[in-house]
Amino acid sequence: MSYIGRSLRRIEDRPLLLGKGSFAADCNAPGHLHMRVVRSPVAFGRILGVETAEAAALEGVAAIWTADDVAGLPPIDFRQMGLERLAPYRQWVLARHYVRYVGDPVAVVFAVDPYVAEDAADLVFCDIEELAPQLDATAEPVTFMPDIHLGLLSEPAVIRRGYGDLDAAFAAAHKIVALEVKVGRHTGVPLETRGGLAVHDADTDVLTLYGAAKVPHYNRDAISRMLGLAPGRLELSEGHVGGGFGIRGELYPEDVLLCAAALRLRRPVKWIEDRKEHLLAANHSRDQVYRLHAAVDQRGFILGLKAEVFTDQGAYVRTHGTTVTDLSAAMLPGPYVIPAYSVEGHIRLTNKTPAGTYRAPGRYESTFARERLIDRIATELALAPVEVRRVNLIAAEAMPFDRGIETLGTAVVYDSGKYRDLLERVLDRLSYDRLQAELAARRDRGEHVGLGIACFVEKSGLGPQDLVRIKVDGRGTVAIVTGVASVGQGVETVLAQICAETIGIPIERISVIHGQTDRIEIGFGAFASRVTVMAGSAVKIASEALRDRALETAAKLLQTSPDALRLSGGMVEAVGGGASLPLGDVALHLEGAGGLTGEGRFVAGHMTYPYGVHAAQVKVDPSTCAITIERYLIGYDVGRAINPMLIEGQIVGAAAQGIGGALLEEFVYDENGQPLAASFADYLMPTCHEVPAIEVLLREDAPSPLNPLGVKGAGEAGINAVGAALAAAIDAALQRPGAVTQLPITPARLHRILRGPQS
Amino acid sequence: MASKINIDLAVNGTSHAVSIEPRRTLADVLRDDCGLTGTHIGCEHGVCGACTVLVDDKPVRSCLMFGVQAEGKAIRTVEGLANGDTLHPLQQAFWENHGLQCGFCTPGFLMLSAGVLEQNPDMSDDEIRDVLSSNLCRCTGYQNIVKAVQIAARELRARPRV
Ligand code: FES
Ligand code: FES
Repeated sequence: MSYIGRSLRRIEDRPLLLGKGSFAADCNAPGHLHMRVVRSPVAFGRILGVETAEAAALEGVAAIWTADDVAGLPPIDFRQMGLERLAPYRQWVLARHYVRYVGDPVAVVFAVDPYVAEDAADLVFCDIEELAPQLDATAEPVTFMPDIHLGLLSEPAVIRRGYGDLDAAFAAAHKIVALEVKVGRHTGVPLETRGGLAVHDADTDVLTLYGAAKVPHYNRDAISRMLGLAPGRLELSEGHVGGGFGIRGELYPEDVLLCAAALRLRRPVKWIEDRKEHLLAANHSRDQVYRLHAAVDQRGFILGLKAEVFTDQGAYVRTHGTTVTDLSAAMLPGPYVIPAYSVEGHIRLTNKTPAGTYRAPGRYESTFARERLIDRIATELALAPVEVRRVNLIAAEAMPFDRGIETLGTAVVYDSGKYRDLLERVLDRLSYDRLQAELAARRDRGEHVGLGIACFVEKSGLGPQDLVRIKVDGRGTVAIVTGVASVGQGVETVLAQICAETIGIPIERISVIHGQTDRIEIGFGAFASRVTVMAGSAVKIASEALRDRALETAAKLLQTSPDALRLSGGMVEAVGGGASLPLGDVALHLEGAGGLTGEGRFVAGHMTYPYGVHAAQVKVDPSTCAITIERYLIGYDVGRAINPMLIEGQIVGAAAQGIGGALLEEFVYDENGQPLAASFADYLMPTCHEVPAIEVLLREDAPSPLNPLGVKGAGEAGINAVGAALAAAIDAALQRPGAVTQLPITPARLHRILRGPQS
Repeated sequence: MASKINIDLAVNGTSHAVSIEPRRTLADVLRDDCGLTGTHIGCEHGVCGACTVLVDDKPVRSCLMFGVQAEGKAIRTVEGLANGDTLHPLQQAFWENHGLQCGFCTPGFLMLSAGVLEQNPDMSDDEIRDVLSSNLCRCTGYQNIVKAVQIAARELRARPRV
C-alpha cells in the first residue's frame, strides 16, 4: 500500500482527543515548588532596589531571588545570527541596573503553591527611577543603558545586502516609484502559554527539564553552558506542545531560572506562565517599517530596488540575533527578477517586549511591502496589477535562480519553481476576468467589494542536518527516533508515512520519538518549515538502509538473493510469491548483531524555496468599517505532498493567523510604554467568525531537486501574503489604490482612510 | 495560607474528596486536586474557552468559577467523553477531519460542542459556527473544527434518542 501522498488521519491524535496529553502544565513531581516571576511595571528605568522581606515572610515561600542571587549567570546568548557587536544587548535572566520593558523579569519567587507564589510576588517592591522610554524605531537611536554601556546606542546593527548596478538602474528608469509601509507588532501567541518543570535526580545527578519545545538539543547545550553543567548532566524532554509558531521553545530567562532553581533549592521547580505574562514576556514579532524606491521601465519591470527597513526589536537582542531583519533583507525581492537591489536593515531597540521570529518572519512583512510596491507601480503606470506581476516574475527557465545574496549563512538560490504558471492557475481558478467584471458590477450598485492578489516565495528546509534512527523489534513494530521537535504540526504522522512507504509496513506499527535529548545525540529542531524536508529525508535514508539490511538478512534465511525479495505488509516476501517471513523474525535473527536498524543523516547546504499566490476578495462596510472576507484562495507549490490533508491544515491555520495580523492583532503601547494589549480582551485573535473558508490549490509542479523526496516545507505558506492580499483587496473595494499602507487594518485605521483625502 | 474547605466533587460520575482553598478556580481544582489534566488553561480570563467543562450539563468556563461553587453539581470533563475504548462521535469526527493540530484547544471545543448539542441537537450549521466562535484555536484556522462538529451533529441526530 502506498502511504506518501495520502490524506491519512494522524497517529498522534488519540491521547489529545481523550484528554490524556502531556503538556507542560500537566507535568508534576513530588514536592515541587512553583516559580513566579516579578516583572517590571515600567518601560524604562534605573533599578534602585528590590525589597523582598515582606514577601519572604509569607508562609509557604521557599526562596526569592533578585539579580544579586544570579550574579554568576551570563546573559542569554544568540542561537542564530549572532554578531560580536550584539553581545552587550543580550538579556540577563534577571534585570541588572535597568529595566527596559514592562514585563522585564526583576525577581523570582519560589513557593509551595502557585497561588502563594503569586501572593508573594505581589509583595515584592521594585524601586525604580522611571526614565523616558524610546518607543519609535524610526527615531534617532538613543543610549541603550546610560552610564552602564557608555555610548552604546539603541541600534545594535545595520544589515546591508545588495547586488547589481543600482545606479545604472536608476539612471535608466522610466519612473521612480516610492513607498513607505508599516507592519504592526504582533506575534505567535500559542494557546498553551510557556512553562516547564525542572527535576534534579540526586542519584544520577541528572537534571531534566520537561516542557521543552522547538530546539531541545540547542537549549540543552546553551543552558548547560550557562550553568556550567558537564555534558550528560542536563536533558530536555518534550511532551505535547500547544503550538509553537517560532516563539515557543526559544531560550528565555525563565527556562534558565527553572533549571538553576531545581539545582540550588534541591527540589523540583515548576513554572507556568499566565496569559498576561505571555503577552508581555514571550517574543513579540513583526513591527517593521519599509521605505522603498523602485526604478521601473514602461512595462512596470523593476530595474532596480532600493530599500530601507527598520525593525523594532524591543528591549534586548534575544536568541534570534539579526534573523528577522536578515531574512527581510534577503527575501524582499521575492519571486521577481529585480536585477539590481540594495537594502539597509536597521535593527533598532525600544522599550517594548523583545522581539524574535513568528511564522514567516521577515516574509509576512517584506511580502506586504513588496506587493504594495507592485500595486503602486501598477497605479502610477496605469497598468493592471496582475500584468506588472507577470512582467516581473522569474521565468521557470531561469531555475535554479541565484539571487546573489545570503541569508542565515547560506546563499539564496531558488531551487525550482514555475511562478508564472501558478499565477495563471490561480487566476483560472478564480475565473479572474469574469470575477473582476462581477465585482465591478457590484461596485456600480454601491457595494464596496474588491479583489487583491499577492505573490511570494517562501524558504524552507533550513539545515545543517538531521539524524534519524529506526529500529524494528521482534514483534515487527517500528520505532523512529529523531532529534527534531513537534509543535503540533503532525510530525509523527508525516515521518511515519515516509517510513511506512519505504519499508512496506502498516503505519499503525510505527511510533515516533522526538524532542528527547537523551534518546539521540543531535537534533536541530522544529522551525523554518524544516521538519518534513530535513527529518523526512533522513527518515527516507534510514528506512532504505533498514530495508536493504532486512532484505539481505532474509535472503540468507530464505536461501535466495535480495533481489528476489520485497517488503510488504510487514513481511519479507518473494517477488513471485512463495516463501515469506515476518519482518519481526528478521529483527529477532539480527538481535545479536545490533538488531534490525537503519540510520539516516540528511545534510543540506541550501534551503529549498516553495512559492505561492494568495487571492483575497473582501467587502467593506463603510458605515461600520467592518471588513468581510468573502473568498480567500491560496495557490501553493509544495514540491511533493506527503499528506495533503495535513498540508492544507497548516496552510489554513497559518492563513487564520495572517488574517489576525492583517486586521485584528496589535500590541499597542501608550506614550509611557505601558502595553495596552495584555489580555485576550485587548489582543484580538480571530475566532471562527473572522476566518472564512480558505480554499487551497495545492500543486506539486516543481519538486525540490535538493532532497530525496522532492518536498518543500508547508508551515509558512498560508500566512506569508495575507497582509499583502487583504490590503490590495481593500484598496480595490474602496477604489482607492494605495490607501492601505499599514497593518493591521483596524476599524480605526479604515475609518481614517475613509475620512481622509480622496486620492 | 488561607484556610481550606473539604468538599466532594462529582466529576465524570466519580466522587473526589478534595481539601481546597475557596479561592481556587474549578480549572485548577480539576487539574491539580482531581488529577484530571485534560481540561486546559489558556488564558484564565474567560476568553479562550480551553477550560470548558460541563457543569450540570451546561458548558462552563472552569477558570471563571471557584471549585467550591461546583459542590453538589455534576461535572463532566473531556476524560469522561469517550465510552471506554470507543470515542465519542465528536472525538471521532475531530480525528477523521483533522480538527486538531496541537490539541491544546481540543478538550474545550469538544466539551462546548458536546454540551450544546445535547441541549439542542437540531442546531443548524450556522448556529454551530456561532457557538464555536466562543472558543479560540490558534492552529487550525477553525475550518476543520467547524466541519467536524457539523458532521458529528448529524451523526448524533441519526442515533436513536433516549
Ligand atoms: S482558560 Fe478559561 S477561558 Fe481561557
Ligand atoms: S489545535 Fe492548537 S490551539 Fe487548536
